[in-house]
Amino acid sequence: MPGLAKTIKGLWSLIVGLGVTGVEFFRPQLTVHYPRKEVDNLATYRGHIDLVARDDDPLTPRCIVCRKCVAACPSGCIAIESRLVGAEPGGDARELSLAPGLIVTGSHAAPPPRQKIRREVAAFHLNYNLCSLCGLCVQTCPVQSLAFSREAYLCGSSRADFEFELLERLRRRAPAGGQRAA
Amino acid sequence: MGFNWLSEPRGDYYTRHFVPTPEAEGDRLILNLGPQHPSTHGVLRVVVEMDGEYIMKAEPVLGYIHRMQEKMGEVKTWRQYLPNMGRVDYLHALAWNWAYVGAVEKLAGIEVPPRAEYIRVITCELNRISSHLLWWGAYLLDLGAFTPILYAFADRERIMDILQMVTGSRLTYCYYRFGGVSADLGEGFIQATRDFLKQFKTRIPMFHDLVTGNMILRGRCEQIGVLPLEMARRYGATGPVLRGSGLAYDTRRAEPYSVYPSLDFQVPVGVNGDAMDRYDVRLAEMTQSIAIIEQALEAMPDGPHINPDVHERLKPPAGEVYYAVEGGRGKIGVHLISDGGPRPYRVKLRSPSFCNLQLFAELAQGTLLADAVSILGSLDLVIPEIDR
Amino acid sequence: MTMTEIISHPLTKLVLGLVLILVFVGVNGLILVWMERKVVGFIQRRPGPYEVGPHGILQSLVDGVKLIAKQLVTPRGADRFLFWLAPMLSVTPVVICFLPIPFSPGLTAMDVNLGLLLILAFSGINVLALCAAGWGSNNKYALIGAARAVSQSVAYEIPLLLSVLCIAFQTGSLSLSAVAEGQSRGLLSWNLWVQPLAFVIFFISATAETNRAPFDLPEAESELTAGFHTEYSGMGFGLFFLAEYTYMIVVCSVATALFLGAHDGPFLPGPWWFVLKVYALILALMWFRWTFPRVRFDQLLNLCWKWLIPLGLANLLATALVLKLGE
Ligand code: SF4
Ligand code: SF4
Repeated sequence: MPGLAKTIKGLWSLIVGLGVTGVEFFRPQLTVHYPRKEVDNLATYRGHIDLVARDDDPLTPRCIVCRKCVAACPSGCIAIESRLVGAEPGGDARELSLAPGLIVTGSHAAPPPRQKIRREVAAFHLNYNLCSLCGLCVQTCPVQSLAFSREAYLCGSSRADFEFELLERLRRRAPAGGQRAA
Repeated sequence: MGFNWLSEPRGDYYTRHFVPTPEAEGDRLILNLGPQHPSTHGVLRVVVEMDGEYIMKAEPVLGYIHRMQEKMGEVKTWRQYLPNMGRVDYLHALAWNWAYVGAVEKLAGIEVPPRAEYIRVITCELNRISSHLLWWGAYLLDLGAFTPILYAFADRERIMDILQMVTGSRLTYCYYRFGGVSADLGEGFIQATRDFLKQFKTRIPMFHDLVTGNMILRGRCEQIGVLPLEMARRYGATGPVLRGSGLAYDTRRAEPYSVYPSLDFQVPVGVNGDAMDRYDVRLAEMTQSIAIIEQALEAMPDGPHINPDVHERLKPPAGEVYYAVEGGRGKIGVHLISDGGPRPYRVKLRSPSFCNLQLFAELAQGTLLADAVSILGSLDLVIPEIDR
Repeated sequence: MTMTEIISHPLTKLVLGLVLILVFVGVNGLILVWMERKVVGFIQRRPGPYEVGPHGILQSLVDGVKLIAKQLVTPRGADRFLFWLAPMLSVTPVVICFLPIPFSPGLTAMDVNLGLLLILAFSGINVLALCAAGWGSNNKYALIGAARAVSQSVAYEIPLLLSVLCIAFQTGSLSLSAVAEGQSRGLLSWNLWVQPLAFVIFFISATAETNRAPFDLPEAESELTAGFHTEYSGMGFGLFFLAEYTYMIVVCSVATALFLGAHDGPFLPGPWWFVLKVYALILALMWFRWTFPRVRFDQLLNLCWKWLIPLGLANLLATALVLKLGE
């Protein structure tokens, strides 16, 4: 009676199935109860990008405004505003004023002190709404000025909530009382 | 006042030729499965003409999630197109990553360090397991068993944790780069993978106990949606759908790429080509993937994980290239045409789900509605991949 | 009339019973929904409802409030009357089914000698409700679901009756109290031992009659989205839901009364034992639901016509024969 044997085997399979769920019933839960507990794998999580500060100055990003990341980004998330700064030897970086009156030509006036001119980030806009977290910007940056944050718990109710100003974030993140290094 | 059917436009472009013949009018029912329907797992719409519970005619309607992936390739640079690949088939994202990266490497003649090849094999196979796991759960959900998908997710979460360690993402990976991968595997990754495989091997028998042998499941799968090999060929089916019909065609073997020739694994095939065979093939493939990963972990050499000579603004020479890899659903092909510029001239993506879906109209004809759901599930479709 | 007379008057007893039953149905519905969600949670290794009240015990209450607060939408082209009649039609008869159930010798709302028949008759009305819901919704999924519901109920009523008849033959009464009385002499006097096959047939048919998985075809969500109640929102859906769970209690109560010794048990008072057994059966139903895939429609009917009915008939014949010979 192969038919009967098959039926009995089939019925047995049902009991085996019940056994599996029955055992699982008593096993510990796998759920992480979110507000009370958090998942433990955030160390490898890749959130939106963030600026990395210079080693000697927690308030200034490493960025040299080469704009390679802007070109690399497939989604056009990044927009950088920059300004030119000249650093006086041993002095603070200050905005370079190029007021025409300052430059005296053809006279005996002393030449203006030689200044090292460089670009500095004035604002680093990230539109996280568009970002696909591909990592191309991070990979492209020649001075490792970009890194992924660990912001897993972002929420907001409008698009504007995900438009970040990374320079501000960097400044806020800086250790309390973090002053510009002399 | 009642509702006047005659004053309403009946159906749309796709249902118009479904209007029943006068003699059948009244007996036939035109039913839209989708675009929002629990069994289509995405925005696929199937128009079916039913006589009672029997399906007389079925026709899939596509395009609800068309995102112009191919056109996007023409407006982005070679490298900027990378993240798109994780979103074509989000369940086996790394296979698409690989197909595109492989095509560009072939076109531009970029060499890939051996370690990177092994890393690709390991991560891609892990991703394949997670893709099959999700299919397993979702298919049984289609058949009315709710619990398996949660068990599948328990393991899938672990795979995602592991892949997150190197890719940083959990689903839409963008990990492979021209000439390698974006991050090296650390000791932590290797250890976690080993642990996972060890534990996962004990889970597979549990899966079998829970449902594979179950007489209700067998009744829903055996002799359902029998796909003859001839028909599978006619529609260009690949992957487990084709292998379920008995042909051992696996791109990893048929058109070997990367280090697969040096790895020892079998290509499981079915006999009858019914839904049960497709089911068995996928479950057997998970076991094979475990074997592949274990071998690759053993054989992985030290060295760089990426070829440092690849230029950021890559401009492959003018020409054409086609590169295919084996994805969870079948043969993934990327056809690129370059005019030597910074962007591809044309991108063509061959998605396995698209071909496999076409089978459905013929397979579903004359079956019961419940069987059609079972058949649709057994094809393992990812809708965004169909529409691209 | 003195107070005692009023209280012991059958009419008072009936009204009191009905009120109590309504409370019982409501509370039980809430508890069962919570219990089901907890059970499935545990089977799937997750907590289930957790946030509202200790261990989420108030979750179903809150859900009920949400359902009540929701707008009642009548779909365009629906038959208003049938559409809203259906949910009420599905709940009311189920409540009546509770009347003859013997929770304990003294705790029976209405002890009629045709109790079994009453339950079977009134539970049959449920099909009508599903049918009305399916037809009235003007929705194709609902219609198919209703068609399934009708053929399923019609088919499974037969084996259900056949298995019940065995017990009726044996006790010679259609009164549930009498059946319960017959098995109040300890574990070994339960009908389960005499009629194991009838019990199995009854339980399978009851699962099918209540549209519980794996026989939940009228609302198979992967095929028919939600089957006959696709178009219902708010309390319309809520009533169907309540009816389903209440119906589960009814069939499990009948199974307990017929086969599991009703209120028989040591230490605890009768009603407790009764409820305990009912809940154990319901737990089994939940366990089935969250383990098995859904059967196909023709397989469901095959199971009924090819297995349950012949087996039930054979069982009935054997019972009759044994009884006759034993006389
Ligand atoms: S991660 Fe990708 S998408 Fe996001 S900002 Fe960087 S380059 Fe743009
Ligand atoms: S690539 Fe780096 S250095 Fe260049 S602009 Fe972007 S962040 Fe600044």
